[in-house]
Amino acid sequence: MKDMNALIAGFGGQGSLFMGKVIAYAGLIDGKEVSWLPSYGPEMRGGTANCSVCISDEPVCSPLVNSPNLLIAMNLPSFDKFIGAVVSGGTVIVDSTLVEKKSDRTDIDAYYIPATALAEENGLKGLANIVLIGKMLAVSGFSTIETLEKALGKVVPPKKQHLIAKNIDAIKLGMKA
Amino acid sequence: MAEKILMKGNEALAEAAIQAGCLRFFGYPITPQTELAAYMAKRMPKIGGTYLQAESEISAINMVQGAAAAGVRAMTSSSSPGISLKTEGISYMCGADLPALIINVQRGGPGLGGIQPSQSDYWQATKAPGHGDLHILVFAPSSVQEMADLVGHAFDTADKYRMPAMILADGMLGQMMEPVELKSGDNAAKQDKPWAACGHENKREHNIVNSLYLQANELEAKIKERFERYKIIEDNETMCDEYMMEDAEYVVVAYGASSRIARAAVREARRNGIKAGLIRPITLWPFPKKDIAAAAKNAKAFLCVEMSMGQMVDDVRLAIECSRPVSFFGHTGGIIPDPAEVLAEIEKLSGGAK
Repeated sequence: MKDMNALIAGFGGQGSLFMGKVIAYAGLIDGKEVSWLPSYGPEMRGGTANCSVCISDEPVCSPLVNSPNLLIAMNLPSFDKFIGAVVSGGTVIVDSTLVEKKSDRTDIDAYYIPATALAEENGLKGLANIVLIGKMLAVSGFSTIETLEKALGKVVPPKKQHLIAKNIDAIKLGMKA
Repeated sequence: MAEKILMKGNEALAEAAIQAGCLRFFGYPITPQTELAAYMAKRMPKIGGTYLQAESEISAINMVQGAAAAGVRAMTSSSSPGISLKTEGISYMCGADLPALIINVQRGGPGLGGIQPSQSDYWQATKAPGHGDLHILVFAPSSVQEMADLVGHAFDTADKYRMPAMILADGMLGQMMEPVELKSGDNAAKQDKPWAACGHENKREHNIVNSLYLQANELEAKIKERFERYKIIEDNETMCDEYMMEDAEYVVVAYGASSRIARAAVREARRNGIKAGLIRPITLWPFPKKDIAAAAKNAKAFLCVEMSMGQMVDDVRLAIECSRPVSFFGHTGGIIPDPAEVLAEIEKLSGGAK
């Protein structure tokens, strides 16, 4: 896989920072160089939370992703703000339950999946973010489901480890979506 | 080999300090370093240490001074505006020859400035971290692993020369997570501190820790002795890292977060056939003058890349005795430069892509 420079963006509470950590840990477990950088500035006050995740074979120079080759947009403000920054040939995954818009760019691969609705319909309420990781895995092949399971084990706090099985279900749901 | 884990730079600094035998932390919250204090608040009580949130930065640094005077490994951390408040205490510690660690996770200034990453406290850290004739050790890590590695070294070096040390980081390094391998605490130095005012049980003369010398002769002698030590430090404790410098004609000098951006630009410039290289000072004081001077032999031009208005430029000019042009590129106020912008500057210097 070539370098992945991902930007994961949504409202605070949707789990975009958590997603980023799972993705970064997966890269680490796969033996790659990784970085994770959260937004902590005034943009957070506007209700959006995003993080940059880099996975590379070489040491990561710039952990701040201005031009993502992978964008996950979980709300409309994030979609509007970052869709233009995606590099040509890049991939965009959108939670279409919350973002009704579609991009008119023809030089990117865009996937619109109703992650929030899918999660709710399948008894996985609150795991729309993990459904999106599943879709990301299916379209990019950035890691494996086995690695992601290990990564979840690292990121999920000890008291909540029993919830990992549901997260795996969410990944599988996203892979089929 | 310990397993690599993902940690924020702020947390890695804190855990590394605990592993290095730091037992006393005094702080006051400020973005973007708060995770460091929060981590200490959780961990210190569990290891029999002290975490204390003071009523202000000024109190915190003076508590560090007290603990250091008693011979204990002590530290404080803050971000730019908070460090300004600590400068009085830092000067007093220099004047009393006390070792301690001060961490500055820089944000944009002046004044309250902003909360985004910045390197605009270079002048403060390296030229005037307090009033009087003084220096402190200044270390500038560029990755989470190096943040962890430099903590123990900073404590050890501070103890060795009896002076404060600063780790000059920034909001990007503090907030980002990277894989880090933490060294276990076996090598936490137990320095003998015969000067410490830690109770003498009537078995020796009492020690006095003080920075007040009213006799001018005495004060001058004290300062001159300290500057002898500074000379030894400049000769022995300089650290820097070089990247693609063997035949470099266009030398980028950058430290900390911006050195990572510069490294990406240098790598790209090489791919485009430009003989670019990077010198990354790890100690900002002492400044790696000799390494930079040596680079001038092959160099046609130098470029400083900083997240400031160019505070390191004059140090590079002095190191090479103005024998080559030194230009500057950077952003300030909380903006992180983009590798493409730095590459464009290198290309401009070299007369365009080859």
